[in-house]
Amino acid sequence: MSAATLEAPGAALAPPKAESRRAQGRLPLRRLVTRAAALGLGLLAWHLAASQKLDLGLVTFRNVPTPADVARAAWALAHSPKLGAHVGASLARVLGGFMAALVAGIGLGLAIGRSRLAGDLLLPPLEVLRPIPAVAWIPLAILIFPSSEASMVFITFTGALFPILLNTVHEAEAASPRLVASARSLGAGRAAILREVVIPAALPSIVTGAAIGMGTAWFCLVTAEMISGQYGIGYFTWESYTLQNYDDIVVGMLLIGLLGMGSSVAVRAAGRLAMPWTRAGGRS
Amino acid sequence: MIRTALRVVRPARPEAGADPVPAAARPVLAFEGVGFAYDGRAVMRDVSFRVAPGEIVALLGPSGCGKTTILNMIAGFLAPTEGVALLDGRAIAGPGPDRGVVFQAAALFDWMTVAENIAFSLRCAGRPRRERRRVAEEMAVLVGLAGREDAYPYELSGGMRQRVGLARVLAARPRVMLMDEPFSALDVQTREALQEEVLRIRDRTGCTIVFVTHSIDEAVFLGDRIFLLEDIRAGRFERFAVDLPGPRDAPENRLAPGFLSLRETIYRRMRHHG
Repeated sequence: MSAATLEAPGAALAPPKAESRRAQGRLPLRRLVTRAAALGLGLLAWHLAASQKLDLGLVTFRNVPTPADVARAAWALAHSPKLGAHVGASLARVLGGFMAALVAGIGLGLAIGRSRLAGDLLLPPLEVLRPIPAVAWIPLAILIFPSSEASMVFITFTGALFPILLNTVHEAEAASPRLVASARSLGAGRAAILREVVIPAALPSIVTGAAIGMGTAWFCLVTAEMISGQYGIGYFTWESYTLQNYDDIVVGMLLIGLLGMGSSVAVRAAGRLAMPWTRAGGRS
Repeated sequence: MIRTALRVVRPARPEAGADPVPAAARPVLAFEGVGFAYDGRAVMRDVSFRVAPGEIVALLGPSGCGKTTILNMIAGFLAPTEGVALLDGRAIAGPGPDRGVVFQAAALFDWMTVAENIAFSLRCAGRPRRERRRVAEEMAVLVGLAGREDAYPYELSGGMRQRVGLARVLAARPRVMLMDEPFSALDVQTREALQEEVLRIRDRTGCTIVFVTHSIDEAVFLGDRIFLLEDIRAGRFERFAVDLPGPRDAPENRLAPGFLSLRETIYRRMRHHG
């Protein structure tokens, strides 16, 4: 920042920033057309391969439904009561695991980032657990938790925890010493520094961690549902395979993608609402 | 012969920049034989001075000369390992809002509006919302930010951000305002405007100010007295009294004969000791 201030003092920083934002927000029409055409071509290739039952030896499209089959199946599912039950079950599990991870990740992250003792106590065990993929937890989770519902929420929690935790630790440690000194010289105690300075300063990074965590939460949930679920969108996808409803497999996949994307967008939107000071691309 | 550095503790004879004799006015701030050792190594030794109420003292010297160490002791971030640092006759123990610090890059809380930044010390002291708003508005007027109370720092220019930094410290009604190279990251015009603003603020509030700078011009224009830190390890620094015509905030002072000659004297002295 200081280098930029030396070159372009005062308010001179604002205009170029605003311009580049506009350029990012709205693509020229020609590029939009190109991008839409690319999607169309992809669909066309899928349609041709599936309808011609293309067999390349290494891969075969014999059992792959065409886009039209998938659209019909999606339409049917949209009008069936099953949709609400599956989506509702998955959303409840993801929200449960994600919220638990949010509370634990931010809480542990702040403790580790701000207290040496907490860091020494908590970091080594967490570092041992961190490289274990959430999916590898599934057998043990089924043994530990009497209800399969709880074991799936736990798997989701495991997936979401680490991105949130690590982003929180990093920013809590990096809290600007100058800001902390400022706060102290204005009369802030330890609790006020944490509440008024460290947490708000770490918030942008926590939101990023939460958005990544939301993505991993869906990834882990779907896997867990395929193995031990009853209801849920992962279960639906796997069930469609075992019942040979091949059209529904792709419907399930697309639904998982949509839900995952939608909830990451929701997390980021909630983050922006909570951080009015970064709106319009302010310094973070 | 120019190398005869003056001892701080016992100047051979009263000179121009000597501490004003505290006849009636007790010093706001006093260092008595203050030393500081870090890792067993003496960084500062035997520093003594007194600052009168309403005075502006400039700590001048190249980086690493120890001027920020003195400021940090007044702020309470560092404790003397020798001697004593007194505020209103009481030993300084830890940081407090009666000695707020204005930092170089303003160090604003980006997540708070201008008004919330300014009233931060009142919030820490548990003052009610209405009082915080009233004080924030008063201080915004004082530093020339009226009407921008609800802006966020990212919406402000560098100079305006530093005005918020000043207001945030002043809102606590400090005994001493401390400034750590507050304007060195700003462009010349903004810097000079803010220097003049600081002089006006002193006139209006009677606030005592100690500031650190490596700019001779800034020290001469702003300071009532200048402490040129030559060898703080040996407790050696030289004091200069600034004698400029009032009103002190007049930009013409930058070209006054007194300004230019003192500037030259200090420049020569610094070169000889560099």
